Amino acid sequence: MDFGFSEEQDLLRAEVRKLLDARCPLEQVRKLMATEPGYSVELWSELAELGWLGLTIPEAFGGAGLSWIDFVVLLEETGRSLFPSPLVSTTLAAAAILDSGSEEQKARWLPGLADGTRIGTLALLEASDLIAPSGITLLGKPDGDSFLLSGRKHFVADAGAANLFVVAFRTGAGAEDLALAVLDGGAPGVRATSQATMDQTKRVGTLALDGARVPKSALLGPPGRAWPAIERLFDRGAIATTGEMIGAAEAALALTVQYAKDRIQFGHPIGKYQGVKHPLAEMYVDVESTKSLLYYAAWALGESPAEVPRSASLAKAYASDAFARIGIDGVQLHGAVGYTAEYDIQLYLKRSKWARPAFGDSDFHYERVARLGGL
Amino acid sequence: MDFKFTPEEEAFRDEVRAFLDANLPADANRNDFAFIAEWSRKVREKRWVGFSWPKEVGGGGGGIVEQVILKEEMAKRHAPPLGTCFMGLAWVGPSIVQYGTEAQKQRFIPDILDGKYQWCTGYSEPAVGSDLAALSCKGEREGDVYVVNGQKIWTSIAMWSKWMILLVRTDASSQSKHDGITCLLVEMSTPGIEVRPIQNMSGTAMFAEVFFNDVRVPVENRLGAEGQGWQVTVSALASERSSIAEVTAMFRKLEELAELAKKTTRNGAPAAKDARVRRQLAVFEAKIEAMRLNGLRYLTKQLRGEPLSSETSVNKLHRAELEVEMGDFALELLGSAHQYVRGADEAVDGGRWATGALNWPEVVIGGGTPNIQKNIIAERILHLPKD
Ligand SMILES: Cc1cc2nc3c(=O)[nH]c(=O)nc-3n(C[C@H](O)[C@H](O)[C@H](O)COP(=O)(O)OP(=O)(O)OC[C@H]3O[C@@H](n4cnc5c(N)ncnc54)[C@H](O)[C@@H]3O)c2cc1C
Ligand SMILES: Cc1cc2nc3c(=O)[nH]c(=O)nc-3n(C[C@H](O)[C@H](O)[C@H](O)COP(=O)(O)OP(=O)(O)OC[C@H]3O[C@@H](n4cnc5c(N)ncnc54)[C@H](O)[C@@H]3O)c2cc1C
Repeated sequence: MDFGFSEEQDLLRAEVRKLLDARCPLEQVRKLMATEPGYSVELWSELAELGWLGLTIPEAFGGAGLSWIDFVVLLEETGRSLFPSPLVSTTLAAAAILDSGSEEQKARWLPGLADGTRIGTLALLEASDLIAPSGITLLGKPDGDSFLLSGRKHFVADAGAANLFVVAFRTGAGAEDLALAVLDGGAPGVRATSQATMDQTKRVGTLALDGARVPKSALLGPPGRAWPAIERLFDRGAIATTGEMIGAAEAALALTVQYAKDRIQFGHPIGKYQGVKHPLAEMYVDVESTKSLLYYAAWALGESPAEVPRSASLAKAYASDAFARIGIDGVQLHGAVGYTAEYDIQLYLKRSKWARPAFGDSDFHYERVARLGGL
Repeated sequence: MDFKFTPEEEAFRDEVRAFLDANLPADANRNDFAFIAEWSRKVREKRWVGFSWPKEVGGGGGGIVEQVILKEEMAKRHAPPLGTCFMGLAWVGPSIVQYGTEAQKQRFIPDILDGKYQWCTGYSEPAVGSDLAALSCKGEREGDVYVVNGQKIWTSIAMWSKWMILLVRTDASSQSKHDGITCLLVEMSTPGIEVRPIQNMSGTAMFAEVFFNDVRVPVENRLGAEGQGWQVTVSALASERSSIAEVTAMFRKLEELAELAKKTTRNGAPAAKDARVRRQLAVFEAKIEAMRLNGLRYLTKQLRGEPLSSETSVNKLHRAELEVEMGDFALELLGSAHQYVRGADEAVDGGRWATGALNWPEVVIGGGTPNIQKNIIAERILHLPKD
């Protein structure tokens, strides 16, 4: 029993933090937010060289072959820095191929995802944003050895940057007649557009498909049987999102604690008053508890797959509520300056709003926990 | 990161399970005095009482991971507690092990392990609760005795205890209020001690006021040096905190709540089908699971030899919140029937939910209130200015 990070993981964390502090502090994040791609293309290639893009991809396919616990270490730091990049999307796309692809498919796509020449993302959700087989209505029309797709995928993370889309679609009318496939962003009938959103550090867009062709060689796993794989991708997404949420929540807490020490009102630092001190203590309780829940879920991904649904749901549900509260209290405890564009705390509030529904909000995940518990 | 236990640890778990299979029949009445006595004798024989105390004093000399396994397995089967002297085992014993003289160890430790009699804790006073270090009950040295005058209050089970661990002020002139406090071990039959039980809101009397009138306590019953009482107390309270076992009991309570939700109704349908009820039960599950995993993270720190400080307040806060919310939620599920207590014909489950919903102060107030835990986190971990 050892519920702690290894020395290597502590080193990885220090390395990531050092790079992000030096190369992408919040002033830089603010600049990148305003650019068209929304992230630094130059830093992207550096991350590839450092091996972070392929962190969870096996060495045989050009990655570093590490675990999702290591990935969580990385995510806590990118979350802390609000680092804008398609890292999570690319890793999730790689996970889809790793989980369900053939050796040939892995060899074909993974090296490009690991070396940063391909940017991947998941295109699972539709207008309803329902995470369930019935939420996927996009119908694949059989055409010889292929399927043709016409319709829209919504809430696609990093849609504007990606050139590889893992798409979920329906192969028949049966509840779970679903398939997963890899689509090339440059293929005919495939068009992704970025949308204007609240949190400019997390770009989201729409994937429009107009007779896009899915050849057999692009199908991940047999058609009509993809739901378990899709559900697992949602769990991975929930875990990855929670990893970044923890880092961001911890940063919001640190910013607010520092402000409470510096800001003098009524003759004392406001951190002396329990009206300020107690919500900060509650934030700490929530950050600690989210960490514990998440680390366990990330461990289960590698070591105890049967426990993934419950543990991922507990972590994301708890985080969704807690981080939403932390965003609001963080701004409120800054007083009026928290409302200004100049102060950084509002950036974290926006991240909390982005993260709450991503890969399932607390209502969704708590309901799933209740179901899994036999209610 | 690894949640698997070693083969040795798993073997120990098997041993505990085998013991439970052999000695804890499913239909054992856990309130039956004869059964409890026999049970206590058997666990004592295995040296599972005082499991992690040194062997020299009669403890088990065990490791902390095995202790967790032991308590977990016991809680899963709803076994009676390990040992019958709660405060003696929780903090009096560990304090004597750490600060006691050889004579004190020989005199008290075996009796605590055997559960021969009860101990109580004389810390709080009418004017002094959260601000414990401001206590004023006086102990004046006269030759080889301390003469104690003053009052204690909220002393749990004082009326059934043979001994008390008592904090008195022996030096009123000291600079800091934390100095000048001394810890004494006091026999409750000493002349000049008067115990008056206090009835609590659920109708029982489990704590008392204790009055001291020229009570003479031999100096040989002082625990630690004169003026060192605060340190003795702080380390005693720290040794009390292994919340992981409690978690197993809380999971069981959650299961019982879920059962209750299945048999009660809401808007004419089973409560367990109601979205808000389902969500609330899942929220409880998340908090209890967070407590379990927080506990394992703190245990990992201990195993790596890193000091634990105030992190344990995190779980104390979760526990306090859960105790109130789960207790109250049960009443909500019962609707109007929640009024019926033990003795009423229509009481559900013998009226136990009502009693449960009135007993939260034991967990929420006893041992320090939520406000105080939040101050501790804010000041000692986040380093915010002191109150
Ligand atoms: C949208 C907006 C419009 C405004 N318009 C006007 C206007 O037209 N005219 C004008 O004069 N002002 C205006 N204000 C300023 C407003 O009145 C102040 O922001 C407010 O009084 C809080 O002061 P502060 O921002 O300095 O926060 P601070 O006083 O620095 O407080 C920071 C945090 O500490 C807490 N805190 C401070 N002291 C204590 C204490 N003793 N105990 C517990 N908690 C404490 C606060 O609750 C807050 O959460 C406006 C503010 C906003 C946001
Ligand atoms: C069931 C039970 C069993 C107990 N058993 C024992 C026992 O065996 N031995 C023993 O010595 N004691 C015992 N206690 C006493 C217990 O430790 C105290 O009740 C507790 O520490 C709180 O002290 P108090 O009751 O004087 O409340 P107070 O300290 O008067 O507090 C009243 C309220 O004010 C709040 N408050 C106080 N100070 C602050 C502050 N600085 N900031 C913010 N809020 C504050 C508190 O949180 C609380 O809500 C027991 C109590 C209970 C309920």
